[in-house]
Amino acid sequence: MKIAYYPGCTLKTRAKNLEDAALAALRVLGIAAVELPRWNCCGAVYSLTDDDLIHQVAPVRDLIRVKEQGAETVMTLCSMCYNTLARANRLMREDEEKRHTLNTFMDEEPDYHGEVEVHHLLTLLRDRIGWKTLAAKVRRPLTGLKVAPYYGCTLVRPRPVSIDPRPDQPTILDDFLRALGAEPVDYPARIECCGAYNILSEPDAAHRASANVLASAERHGAELVITSCPLCEYNLGTCQNQVLPHGEGLRPLPTLYFSQLLALALGVGNEELGLELSPASSLKLVAERISPIHQA
Amino acid sequence: MTLFIDDRRIDCDFKEKIRELSGQNVALCMQCGTCTASCPMSADTEVVPRKLMQLIQLGLREEVLEAPLAWVCASCHTCMARCPRGIDITRVMEAVRQLGLRENVDHVNLSALPAEQLRDLPQIAFVSCFRKLTA
Ligand code: SF4
Ligand code: SF4
Repeated sequence: MKIAYYPGCTLKTRAKNLEDAALAALRVLGIAAVELPRWNCCGAVYSLTDDDLIHQVAPVRDLIRVKEQGAETVMTLCSMCYNTLARANRLMREDEEKRHTLNTFMDEEPDYHGEVEVHHLLTLLRDRIGWKTLAAKVRRPLTGLKVAPYYGCTLVRPRPVSIDPRPDQPTILDDFLRALGAEPVDYPARIECCGAYNILSEPDAAHRASANVLASAERHGAELVITSCPLCEYNLGTCQNQVLPHGEGLRPLPTLYFSQLLALALGVGNEELGLELSPASSLKLVAERISPIHQA
Repeated sequence: MTLFIDDRRIDCDFKEKIRELSGQNVALCMQCGTCTASCPMSADTEVVPRKLMQLIQLGLREEVLEAPLAWVCASCHTCMARCPRGIDITRVMEAVRQLGLRENVDHVNLSALPAEQLRDLPQIAFVSCFRKLTA
C-alpha cells in the first residue's frame, strides 16, 4: 500500500524521532509513505476568526499538493498538523463562500473542494490495517509495560476532527497499546492540555498544566507516557526537569512518541528510533523494560 | 472583584463585533461556569472564562481587552467541548486576542528565553505562539 505523507516542519528537525520511527514501522507493515514532493508549514494552529482567511491559505495549499499527486488520502504524524489540515479541509468542504474566496485568491492553483481525506497514522492503523493484523506483526511484545496514552487536545478536539468517535473518552491509543501487548493506563488527565505554546509566553502556567498530566499518569501506575505531538513531547518530556517541581512528589516519568513504541514492538532496531532525541529516562526504560527481539 | 458599571463605559456594539469575528452569540451564555471549571490555564487569573463571557454580554470592552485570560488561553478547546449552551468559547477567546493584536501589540517576548530552551523547542511551539500572540 502507498500513501501520501505530509511531515510538517518539526518532524524534519527537533522531532526527527517521531518521523524516523514511524517510517521504519511502516516499512515493516508494508506501507510506503511517499512524502509530498513539495509542502509548506501548515501554520500549526487553525485560524479561529471568520475574517482571518489568509491563515487558511497555507494548509489549503498543502491539501492542493496532495490532490496534485492524484492521492485521495494524506497521512500526518504530528497532532498539530493533523488538526490544522483536517479543519482546513472541512472548511473547504462545508463553507461555500470561504471556499470561493480562497480558490479565487489562489488563482494560480487548481480549485480545491476538500476532496482529500486527512488521516493520522493512528487512524490508518485502525481503519486500513486493523488492530488484529498489527498485533500479529509484533515481534517484541511489550507485555506488562504500563503505558499512559496521552491524547492531549488536538487529536480529539473539536469533535468533527476527532480521531476517535468518542472525543471525551477516546480509546484509539489504548487499543493501539493493547495491540502492541502493552497495558494502557486509565488516568483522568489523558485529554487535558499540556500548556501548549504557553511554554514560550507563560512557562510557569504551562509547567503546571504539564505537572497535572504527569502526576495523574503516575498516580495511576504509568511507567511511560506516549505522545503524538512534538509540543506535548517537549512540555511533558524534554523539559520535564522544570515541570517536576510543580507537582508534589512528582518523579521523573519517561516519555516516547507513539511511533517509537510502535517501531520497538515491530522489532525495528533501536538505532532507527532516534532515541538520542528522547529524554534520558526513556532510554533507560527501553534498555531495562523492553525485552530484546524475539527470534521467530 | 467588585465591578462598578458606568453606562458611559458600555460599548453596545462590542458584543456584535465579537459575534462578527467569532461567529458566536455570547448572549446564549447562562453563566453556569462549566468553562471555568474546565480551563487548565485560568487558575491564577481573576477574569475566568465565565466572567469574560459576562463582561462581553455587558459590553464592557475595556475590561475584556485588559483581562489577561485570552493571552494565557492555550486554545485547548476544552471549554467549547463542554459548554452546555454550545458556545465555541475558544473562538470567543481568539476574537478577543485578534482585537488586541490589531492594536499592533505583541504579547510574548522571546529575548527573555534562555538560549538552551530556544535551541530545543520544537518549531510548532514558535509558529503557534507567534500566530496567537504576535501582531
Ligand atoms: S460553559 Fe457556556 S454557558 Fe456555561 S458559563 Fe461558560 S460559556 Fe456560559
Ligand atoms: S480554550 Fe482557552 S479558555 Fe478554553 S479551556 Fe482551553 S485554555 Fe481555557
